[in-house]
Order: sequence, then structure tokens, then C-alpha cells
Amino acid sequence: MNPQVIVALVKRYSFLYIRNPVRGFELIFWPAMELLLWGFLTMYIQKETTGDFSTFIRFLIGATIFWDVLFRAQMGVSISFLEDMWTRNLLNVFVAPIRIKEYLAAMFCMGVLRVSIVVIVMSVIAWLLYAFNLYAFSWTLIPFFIMLMTFGFSLGIISVSLILRWGQAAESLAWAVPFMIQPFSAVFYSVDILPKVMQTVAWCFPSTYIFEGMRELVKTGTMNWNAIWMSALLNLVYLAFAAGIFIWMFTKARKLGLLTKIATQ
Amino acid sequence: MKSAALEAKSLTKSFGDTLAVNELTLAINKGEILGLLGANGAGKSTTMQMMLGLIKPSSGSIEIFGQDLEKNRIPILKRMNFSSTYANLPSNLTVWQNLLVFTGLYHVKHPRQKMEEMMELFEISHLKKRVTGQLSSGESTRLNLCKAFLNDPELLLLDEPTASLDPDIADKVRTLINRLRHERNLSILYTSHNMRDIETICDRIIFLHKGGIIVEGTRDEIKQHFKEQSLEDVFIHIARDGELINTKAKPQS
Repeated sequence: MNPQVIVALVKRYSFLYIRNPVRGFELIFWPAMELLLWGFLTMYIQKETTGDFSTFIRFLIGATIFWDVLFRAQMGVSISFLEDMWTRNLLNVFVAPIRIKEYLAAMFCMGVLRVSIVVIVMSVIAWLLYAFNLYAFSWTLIPFFIMLMTFGFSLGIISVSLILRWGQAAESLAWAVPFMIQPFSAVFYSVDILPKVMQTVAWCFPSTYIFEGMRELVKTGTMNWNAIWMSALLNLVYLAFAAGIFIWMFTKARKLGLLTKIATQ
Repeated sequence: MKSAALEAKSLTKSFGDTLAVNELTLAINKGEILGLLGANGAGKSTTMQMMLGLIKPSSGSIEIFGQDLEKNRIPILKRMNFSSTYANLPSNLTVWQNLLVFTGLYHVKHPRQKMEEMMELFEISHLKKRVTGQLSSGESTRLNLCKAFLNDPELLLLDEPTASLDPDIADKVRTLINRLRHERNLSILYTSHNMRDIETICDRIIFLHKGGIIVEGTRDEIKQHFKEQSLEDVFIHIARDGELINTKAKPQS
């Protein structure tokens, strides 16, 4: 892997935000809206009902921020690819001396950058409006975020692979893929709420272990390391699967002459 | 015997039942500009895309700088470049930002110096802060060529570089490409529907029809062979009566 190539690609995607700060608005606007909606809804339920809801708001705000980590990591990968597709630059990228792993590494870096910005913005809003201190999770945030980002990257690679094969028709998948797994990941509720069949599916996603682990940490103050290890193991499987599907689709696209088609659509 | 920068042997590509390129064998010598001509659907783009590694051939081989393209894609791509009217640089970046990115992708040493040099050569230094999407066709073409020359390529694949340019700019671009070719002993594969381009710039021409070579030779040899006054007449002749022409007819160089 050549770091010079990765840096050049990261520059290409970051210049968009530096040159036109309005583009950065999307990084702030949607996470802020989500947080406002879920935060105020929780406060309303808390006010209108009786019972102990002391940890409820922390569950929901925490879940909203954690979900965005996964979602923005996935978007970091797929949006970077789509940027090249929308500006008809893919052909120039494909004929440049870039290895697939360098291209993917650059997209991962963009994912990390996007996640960092979103987390900072959301943590500030959560603290100001709901007195929720994300950093109270302290160092436990690190394994949680790494697991969620890794799964987001895998989903991003899968989305890009589908776009490579089916072109613009599959573009909406860039947004849809994470939401396909959201109900199973038990983001805002516990897994045992789900019907039995869905529970089985839920435990196949690395994200489920993280959201359950986060709730457990909020409730009991203990870190469930088994959940982290299970998530890590599943992440390795998903990463290998995503890399395999990307290479397969790329090879197929080369064979069918699709690279030029999607690059000049 | 001249050494070849690129050699394609029995190159074939089919998409399902459609045969896009059929047993194509060609070579581009060092310092030579080879024109690839043919009507729409003749197989020019597919051929060029196979040479760029964008399409995998069904059979046959491509050797560039004496190395197999499939096995040595990265080292080969470092030594060549490509420019097409149909492949833009990101429209939402400035000229300078675009070139800076591609100096990184092509491992260019002293990138800023190289960018300044190239922008001066293609007379776009005054546009460096301009957003690429706001450039005129002529400026855009010159920027694409600027990017194509950033890595001092030994082999250049140019896909209709003068399409949509006015005659004045097209002439300037042709003159510049020709000058750089002589100065750098550059090999170029050139496709165009502009016969003026081909007549002026190409040392040798290959006419494709239905994926195969129908005739190859110098401009004069081809015109003589078809007893036509201009390459445009030859083009029309082949496009309309390609099937009737003896594909074995190859003027001797």
C-alpha cells in the first residue's frame, strides 16, 4: 500500500468540504435533527408517564449517537465512491495506478473523518440540551466505536459493490443498506423485545452486541467484554465477506464492461 | 525493427452473443502516433478500454512496455496516462486541487513544480483557482491533457481529445500533442471522428469495422488503396461497405 495514493484520495474527497463549507452542513444537520427528535420525545414520555425513566433518556441519546457512528462510517465509504460517479471522475480513478486496497483505505479514512465530526457535534448538542455526557463512557467508547465503524465500513463496501454491478439503479442502496439492519440491531430497544426469529437474525450482526453492551454499561456500569469479542469476531467475518464481494463485483464489472458504463452515466 | 510500446495479440472481447473485438492484433511503436478509426460500434472504445485494463479481454494478450497488462497493471499504469472528452475531472474542485490530487495518484516527484510546468505548457496557469465545472470545453480539454502529462507518460491513450473544440483550439491542441510527442519520444493511441486530427497527427492509421482491422497503413497508403481523395471518404466507404472490403488488404508501409 502506498500512503501517497491514500493521502491523494483523501485530499480529493476533503477538498469538497474545504472549498464549499455548505457541503459540511449535511454532516451536522441530520445528526442534530435526529438528536433533537429522539431527545425531546424521550423527555415528553418521561414527563407524561409515571415510573423510573432515569436511565431511559441515556439509553436513547446514547443509541442515537452510536447509531450515527455506524451510519456515517457506511456513508463515508459509499458517498466517496458516489462523488466520483456523480462527477464522472471514476474513469480517471480506475485508470490511475491505484490498488483496490488503497482505494478502500482512503474511503475508510473518509469514514473516520466523517464519524469524528458527527460525534463531536452530537456530543455537544446532547450535553447542552439533555445534560448527557457522552464522554462519561470514557475509554469504553473506543471499543464500541471501533466495532460500529468497522461494521459500517463493511456495509459501505457492500453498497459500493452493488453499485459497481448495477450502476445508478443501485444508488439508493447507499442509504438503504444500514436501515435494513437497523430493526435487527436493536438500536433503541432490547433484543428480547424482538420475536424469536428476529432475535436469531439480530445476533448475527456485530452491531447488536454493541447496542446491548452499551445499554448494559449504562444500566449496571459493567462492560460486557464477551459482547465486544463477539462483535469483533463477526466484524472480521463481515469485512472478509465485504472484501470478497467487492473483488467479485469488480472482476464481474471488468468482464462485462460495466466500469466505463457507470463511470460515464 | 522498431520496438513496441504496446502490443496486442489476437485480442477478442465478446459481451454475450455480441462480438465487440475480434482477433485484433496491433502494435504501437515507440514515438509513434497510431490512429484508431471506425464508425460507432466498430470496437474502438472497447479496444482502448482493454488497453487501460478497464475491460478484461475474452481472449488474447496485451503487453505494454514488454510486460503483461493483467499481471503488471500498477507498474504499467504508472508509466502511461489517458485523456478522454468523456471522462471529466471532478467539476467541484479547482483546477489546482484536481492536478494536486492526480500528482499524488501518479506518484509525481516535486508535484507543485510539475503542475506549474504543465499548466504553463497548456496555457491554463491563469485558471488554477477556477472551479473545473466552470471551464469552457477548450479549457477543460487542456486541463484533461495537463493531467495526462503530469507523470511524463511514455504511452498516452487519447480518446477523442479534440471533440467539441473549435477549430482554432483543436489546432493548438494537435500542434502541442505533436510537439510533445517529438520532444519526449511519446507513443500515442489516438481515436477521433475528426479526420483532420487523424490526417495531421497520426503516423499510421488502423480502420476498425465490426471489431476487426479492415485496413491499416499510412494516411496516403490508405487513401490510395481505396482510391479516395480524403480519409473522410475512406471512413464513409468503410462504414457503409465494410463487409464488402477484403479484410486482408493491407497496404505495405
